Amino acid sequence: MFKKESIEKIGVDNKKWQQLFQESVEKAPERLKRFSTVSDHPVQNLYTPLDIKDLDYSNDIGFPNQYPFTRGIQPTMYRGRLWTMRMFAGLGSARDTNKRFHLLVNEGQTGLSTAFDMPTLMGYDTDSPRSRGECGKCGVAIDSLKDMEILFDGLPIDKITTSMTINPPAPVVWAMYIAMAEKRGISRGVIGGTIQNDMLKEFIAQKTFMCPPRPSMRLITDTVEFATKEVPRWNPISISGYHIREAGSTAVQELAFTLSDGITYVEAALERGLDVDSFAPRLSFFFNSHLDFFEEIAKYRAARRMWARIMKEKFKAKDPRSMWLRFHTQTAGCSLTAQQPYNNVIRTAIEALAAVLGGTQSLHTNSLDEVLAIPTEEAATIALRTQQIIAEESGVANTIDPMGGSFYVERLTRDMEEEALEYIRKIDDMGGMVAAIEKNYPQLEIADAAYKYQKQIDSKEKTVVGVNKYVTEEELPVEILQIEAELEENQIKWTNQIKDTRDNKKVKESLEKLGEATQRDDNLMYLIIDAVKEYATEQEVCDVFREAFGIYRDPGVY
Amino acid sequence: MNQKRKIRILVAKPGLDGHDRGSRIIARAYRDAGFEVVYTGLHQTPEEVVQAAIQEDVDMIGLSSLAGAHMYLFPRVLELLKENGADDIVVCGGGIFPEEDIPKLKKIGIKEIFTPGTPLGEVVNWVEENVKPRS
Amino acid sequence: MVIAEKIISGDIRAVARLIRDIDDTVPEAREVLKDLYPYTGKAYVVGITGAPGVGKSTLVDQMIAHLRKAKKTVGVLAVDPTSPFSGGAILGDRVRMQRHSMDEGVFIRSMATRGYFGGLTQSTRSAIDVLDAMGKDYIIVETVGVGQDEIDIVRSAHTTIITLVPGMGDDIQALKAGILEVGDIFVINKADREGADRTINDIRLMIEMDEKRYKDGWKPPILTAQAVFDKGVKEILGEIENHRKHLLSSKQMQSIFKYEKARNDLVEMIKDRIVSDVLADIIHSREFEEALQLIMERKIDPYTACDNIVLKKIKKGNK
Ligand code: B12
Ligand SMILES: Nc1nc2c(ncn2[C@@H]2O[C@H](COP(=O)(O)OP(=O)(O)OP(=O)(O)O)[C@@H](O)[C@H]2O)c(=O)[nH]1
Ligand SMILES: [Mg+2]
Repeated sequence: MFKKESIEKIGVDNKKWQQLFQESVEKAPERLKRFSTVSDHPVQNLYTPLDIKDLDYSNDIGFPNQYPFTRGIQPTMYRGRLWTMRMFAGLGSARDTNKRFHLLVNEGQTGLSTAFDMPTLMGYDTDSPRSRGECGKCGVAIDSLKDMEILFDGLPIDKITTSMTINPPAPVVWAMYIAMAEKRGISRGVIGGTIQNDMLKEFIAQKTFMCPPRPSMRLITDTVEFATKEVPRWNPISISGYHIREAGSTAVQELAFTLSDGITYVEAALERGLDVDSFAPRLSFFFNSHLDFFEEIAKYRAARRMWARIMKEKFKAKDPRSMWLRFHTQTAGCSLTAQQPYNNVIRTAIEALAAVLGGTQSLHTNSLDEVLAIPTEEAATIALRTQQIIAEESGVANTIDPMGGSFYVERLTRDMEEEALEYIRKIDDMGGMVAAIEKNYPQLEIADAAYKYQKQIDSKEKTVVGVNKYVTEEELPVEILQIEAELEENQIKWTNQIKDTRDNKKVKESLEKLGEATQRDDNLMYLIIDAVKEYATEQEVCDVFREAFGIYRDPGVY
Repeated sequence: MNQKRKIRILVAKPGLDGHDRGSRIIARAYRDAGFEVVYTGLHQTPEEVVQAAIQEDVDMIGLSSLAGAHMYLFPRVLELLKENGADDIVVCGGGIFPEEDIPKLKKIGIKEIFTPGTPLGEVVNWVEENVKPRS
Repeated sequence: MVIAEKIISGDIRAVARLIRDIDDTVPEAREVLKDLYPYTGKAYVVGITGAPGVGKSTLVDQMIAHLRKAKKTVGVLAVDPTSPFSGGAILGDRVRMQRHSMDEGVFIRSMATRGYFGGLTQSTRSAIDVLDAMGKDYIIVETVGVGQDEIDIVRSAHTTIITLVPGMGDDIQALKAGILEVGDIFVINKADREGADRTINDIRLMIEMDEKRYKDGWKPPILTAQAVFDKGVKEILGEIENHRKHLLSSKQMQSIFKYEKARNDLVEMIKDRIVSDVLADIIHSREFEEALQLIMERKIDPYTACDNIVLKKIKKGNK
């Protein structure tokens, strides 16, 4: 990128400057013994062209919308359209959440994002003994198609897109969504949205489990194939690094494990006989935005470059859209504190800014009460306003990839790429991500990083304001959201009522058919849709899978 | 013979909650403080937790809960301990709890509740001060 | 006798507490063990050993399931290492078997080595007796996964299973001198991975080379398994049964086994007792301190000092 002579001159000057720097340090020592990112990546005192002299502008950085897409995937980026402000929401019953959704749409939100409660996330109905005490606590409770119908009642699902954070039962919940749309006369060809449906990161990080990794891959590949053939506007997987990071990984681990997961899904779809360019454009990603500002920006830039290269070189994609790494971002919940909760607004703003400077396609900003409970309306509104201020007041969205060309950011981008590639190679050597998960490899790498970080906080090597520094005694009162106790009882009654009034013979038949199909190579999505249309409950369908494929239990590695 | 008592702890994740970053860190911290730790893994029913605690003869159960079902799960664990004549086992909890639930939990017998931001040293010291290996 | 009675009647809390007392070397526990001894000797003890992570706990988990289907009760002792730095431990075997925790016919106990070598804990032998007295039909002991020298298990188990995984190649050569010689059954777990056949061949060769291994008429079978998928587990239990029949086949075999076990148990017990009591006595004696001083001043060599102390102690004991 630089002429040989100028690099030589900078080299000489740099040596001199480093000497001056050392002299100053001898007089007044540096603030810290060691400077490093949140992920503990060492940071130099200064970055110069010397640090990026091996980079080639055209090959490594290039232009927005041009391979390898380091600077962004769209030609106009935020000058054309801002990112989608998509706030994760879900609480209590379908009716409660429906109200919240209407409110968000009225506030100007252009996409919905659904949070489900623990039983729904794990593929149990509210009346399962395992669900006791959990109904509606962490999101909305969905037992049957009836709940799905209520959840989206009156919402323009032909115009807005819906994202659903659901994993093991993703095929079932998606089937309910499709069935709900079709009942309203909206065809599956029209609806748009995303199901998370990324089981690999569940085993690694989020830990909602149902069946073991290999049959899980089959179910996922069924959805990819089904989306490709039947629901072209749907993203069948959101390949997620978010949860990996929240479980305590470093930025590089987040990057590497996520891309490894992506590789595994692509390989599975290719094995199914799909053409790479027929499905790859609909794979989307989901990353975390943590507090280390530059590290995060570099991570997104590295991710785009790496995915483009993987898709082009390894999988021979031809359509540039197959090479695009489109991603949603959520600010880091784990960076927020219960102490002095209003500080969380500032943390979230910094993280959101990094996501925007990193070129995200959509963004969720956490609320100041994140550590206390699921957010109140007021808290969620401030979080949304944070994005609007960044978008429309700060000016950062006026030009594309403003951090491009920063010596530090470019160098960090390259470092992260190299370190992540190292991990990916290691996982390949183990036989791919599924095998690595079976060895608990990524799980243990993350546990180590999480423990190390915790000890760094305890020893004050890393600062957390309000927790290990600038601690104050008085606690600001923050209003928190409580879910009423009768909810569980009501939901059980409601679902029982549905079970009593549906055609139980048809339900049984549809589930039996599904059970038989699990033993063949059929794409199961068609039969799942048939079953949920008969009002088979989520758990009834998931039990078919558990019976056919076995149950995955937490290996409990520490 | 020289008697060498060692503190044994069960770190448990009751319910469907999958947040295990904290509980696994706590398990390691206990190990590094010299305790013997049994970890149940995720998705345990209160019944499974209590049986494990009894068979392992632990001095303390540390219940971790971040998904809001503690007002059912924690009392249930205490109830089962009592039913099994094992209510001498100290029970503490950690994770995310609405402010007003904490006194309620303490009242029914959860000895301490640790919330986010608690330094590991504090969690360990508490055991040293409040949990005695059975004599 | 009260505690012993509780144990014999299967009181889980009492069993758990007694094992704890044994582990913590509480003197009273010995008295209970004396009371329990007449009630032992009925359970069949299976040891499972093998390098870390080969799938021992997963295998035990599946074996429990099969034995329970056959209406047998099961006790499990699972040993994990104590951290030499902190003295603490995370006992991670239980989590693989936790689905059986609500089954009244199953008792699972995790134990930490607490500095004891040999793959077991100092208390394991007595803990087996406790589970035996409580009436468990089978007792499965999972040793710590250290690799080479966890051979204590053979002295306590009727059948010892050595677990390996495919592709251990050269490692097997290294293992030769150690644990391979003590296996009654070899299991190549994780046979879903490549290289199982080669590992079988390697082991077969080694067993065949070592003729004295099966002079008593038992040639160790080599089985493959996929513990996570419950494959090959039934066959392992079948071979355990065959080995049990073999041990019972003749009076001579029975008495050899019983003699060996009794002898070993007694030797170990005496050793432990000497270490814990006599050694402690010596270390806290004045002579010991004096000898140390003399050695430091180089007025005496440690060999002579040792002889002096020990011989004197033994003679005193003889009086
Ligand atoms: C990290 C995180 C995740 C990660 C979890 C990764 C993992 N494997 O652990 C991911 C991204 C996967 C995740 C997912 C979800 N999460 Co979450 N998550 C968090 C978050 C941001 C931080 C938790 C954390 O790990 N902190 C770091 C650790 C070290 O701290 P800690 O666990 O609090 O532990 C400390 C103390 O509490 C205590 N402690 C904890 N346990 C124990 C045990 C003992 C014995 C002792 C002594 C002490 C102790 O000591 C520790 C050290 O100080 C919290 C909010 C927050 N900032 O706290 C939300 C939060 C817990 N999540 C929440 C929700 C709703 C979810 C989801 C249900 C969302 C959804 N609908 O899809 C899913 C469910 C996942 C599942 N399977 O359960 C809610 C819970 C709401 C509630 N309780 O009312 C929270 C509060 C966020 C929010 N405001 O909405 N989450
Ligand atoms: N692929 C495969 N993995 C297996 C098999 N059996 C066990 N595992 C996995 O191997 C890992 C280790 O299993 P464990 O049963 O804990 O092994 P262990 O020998 O008890 O381990 P330590 O007690 O730590 O020495 C787990 O992730 C198991 O799921 C198998 O047959 N095939
Ligand atoms: Mg084990």
